[in-house]
Amino acid sequence: MLGEGIIKGMLETARNFAGSYVSKERLITVQYPEEREALPENARVFPFLVYDGPEWLPGLRCVACQICEKECPPKCIYIDKSADKKPDAAGKPQNYPTRFDIDVSVCMSCQICVEVCPFDAIKMDKQFEYSTDDRFGGLLLDREKLAKSNEYYHQIHPVEANEVDTRLAEERAAAAAKAKAAAEAAAAKAAAAKAAAEKAAAETPAAAPAAEKPAAPKPPTSGGGGA
Amino acid sequence: MSPVFYILSIVTIAGGLAAVLLKNLVHCALAVSVAFAGLALLFLSLDAQFVGFAQILVYVGAVAILVVFAILLTRGSDQPRESFFSRTWGIGLVVAAAVFAVLGWAVLQSSSALPRESAVPVASVHDIGVALVGRYVLPLEIVALLLTAATVGAVIVAMHEKDGTR
Amino acid sequence: MSGTNLPATVDQIFITFTHWVAHFFPSAFQPIVADVLGVIGIISVFPGLFAITVLLERKGLGRMQNRYGPNRVGPWGLFQPVADGIKALTKEDVVPFHADNVVHFLAPLILLTAVFMGFAVLPVGHHMELMNMDAGLLFFFAMGASSELSVFMAGWSSRNKYSLLGAMRAVAQMISYEVPLLLTSVIVVMLTGSLSLPRIVEAQAGYSGILPHWYVFTPMGFAAFIMFGIAATAETNRSPFDLPEGESEIIAGYFTEYSGFKFAMFFIAEYLAMFSISGIATTLFLGGWAAPFSFLTVVPSWFWFFAKVMCFIFVFIWMRGTLPRLRQDQLMNFAWKFVLPFTLVDLVVTGIWRFMGEGILRWIVCSLILIATYLIMGRTGMVRKPFAPRSYRYAE
Repeated sequence: MLGEGIIKGMLETARNFAGSYVSKERLITVQYPEEREALPENARVFPFLVYDGPEWLPGLRCVACQICEKECPPKCIYIDKSADKKPDAAGKPQNYPTRFDIDVSVCMSCQICVEVCPFDAIKMDKQFEYSTDDRFGGLLLDREKLAKSNEYYHQIHPVEANEVDTRLAEERAAAAAKAKAAAEAAAAKAAAAKAAAEKAAAETPAAAPAAEKPAAPKPPTSGGGGA
Repeated sequence: MSPVFYILSIVTIAGGLAAVLLKNLVHCALAVSVAFAGLALLFLSLDAQFVGFAQILVYVGAVAILVVFAILLTRGSDQPRESFFSRTWGIGLVVAAAVFAVLGWAVLQSSSALPRESAVPVASVHDIGVALVGRYVLPLEIVALLLTAATVGAVIVAMHEKDGTR
Repeated sequence: MSGTNLPATVDQIFITFTHWVAHFFPSAFQPIVADVLGVIGIISVFPGLFAITVLLERKGLGRMQNRYGPNRVGPWGLFQPVADGIKALTKEDVVPFHADNVVHFLAPLILLTAVFMGFAVLPVGHHMELMNMDAGLLFFFAMGASSELSVFMAGWSSRNKYSLLGAMRAVAQMISYEVPLLLTSVIVVMLTGSLSLPRIVEAQAGYSGILPHWYVFTPMGFAAFIMFGIAATAETNRSPFDLPEGESEIIAGYFTEYSGFKFAMFFIAEYLAMFSISGIATTLFLGGWAAPFSFLTVVPSWFWFFAKVMCFIFVFIWMRGTLPRLRQDQLMNFAWKFVLPFTLVDLVVTGIWRFMGEGILRWIVCSLILIATYLIMGRTGMVRKPFAPRSYRYAE
């Protein structure tokens, strides 16, 4: 009959109308600022910089290699390389960024910077509430704002962070092993030299400790190069 | 003759003149509807409610819209390139003068036939209805037949065009 | 006013107030003062109702779609209309560079004026109408018809294809559905024998037992009421007949190029047209200010009028929350092949009703004719045609 479908539809909406006042399950809207859903672990919004240890500036993993700056499709990363070097987490002297800015209003969250980073220094964050009155300055995040601790990284992406940590630990262990081997080789060499020196004469007894001292900081350098 | 009459007359005549003199055809159509509305208000000022409202309903509501539709559907809204006046304006003037003369003559004739200071006839809607289906039933039916024929004709014209395109 | 008859006092409280204000003025000005007060009443009450309705519509639509609706501004979002109003008033008024300035400016003014004029003849309560005209119904429809021209003006003067398309759609639709709208009201006029709206209400204000004599409770009145409702929905461009402003097709139709307060004027005019057409439907079929049961006559008449209007508005909102938009050809087919013929049959049935005299027989005969017509026309006239390969006709 003509009009049957209309009546059926009207009844359906009437049921919705009345039902939304009775059952809470119908209203699936999440009232955002007050209540929010937990983000899935794989949520990735904008990049941040990871640092190890308690202090952010010494702990930064970033060595200002500028690969991410070059790879970034919308070119939203700005890096200034330092002239001097400072020891990184592993103790090896590295450059560090004197400026590391990301313009999140330009960033398109493609995660390419994360993929190209050889030092696991830049990772994706879950933080998405960047709205601000300051259109230019407020959305241009500097390195201090970008720096987040490794613990924070564990907190937001535990699985991935564990992977990264084990990999880094392996690399460090490998580097340490290599360094140890190098140190042993150096020690052997030193021993050989010592033997040779001993064989030579006892005129220079102070030479042996002097030769051993620079050998101690040397192995990590070769280990860092291997990583 | 009250000031209301003069104001309404000026509005009506201005509307009519604008309809003739404006360049843009859609503006002309809108000016015509102003003239129609002025005419309706003149009827109302004569206490002829039914005629006044029917004038608004039919002329402002339907005829003006039809005029506008016709203009838009026939690309008449383009500005005329050449001269402002039609080439046959002389003939138009003669026709207009002739029509005016006939109407004026008729009005003058009737005013001499009617009593000058007659009481305003109270024509309620009820009276009009009774007159329409009583004394004037034959003209009413003829008009109805004519309109039906026109409607059927319009439908036939539209159908014919559809067959042609198929 | 005597305090003995409280319901009557409350019923006529606005009339009493008007007389009380008017008596401070010299007697020559008293009618004018009363009229001005009436006009002030109309232009303050109905826009107020508009604000409430917009909020209710947004909340009601939300609930029909299992959402909350606006609930941020004030408690339960109650101040949302205020926020909307401030927004509309403070927005920049942008006029397109190529627009026809004068026509573009005049269109919303004329539209709003014409819509407001319609309220002048509505009896919102016992003795509460601004003008008691002999041809009140005709006046109402004349004002409704003159709003079409302003819609066209708005669409044409914007120099925008969407505006023009919207205006053409609006005008075509309004003209098509004005015919059944007028014819259904002719049925009521035939039953009453008057074009005066207060007279029509008074004819329905009686009761047999406790049941009222509304026209909607007669077979042809009910059929006419349904057809009037359909035509009224189309006249006010409400969903499912919202082609003239179909957002997904032509942005906002004829008022695409209006912004700020002019846009708000169109918005207000649309809702006011909804109120006035609901008011006229109430007056024609639902007994206007008459109470639904005889024992409820103690409640003031104006309360009943507004309650019925709000019921109408709710149905409008309900339909908007339910029905999808029609296509242009469906719209026209429905108007000319179903609504109009059915209304004509209804007119004939009304004639039969008048001539059959009192009795149960006319109820049976008229109901049977109408139901049979409805079924036959629903079966034959509204059959869905099989889709043919689409043929395009380009403008030359």
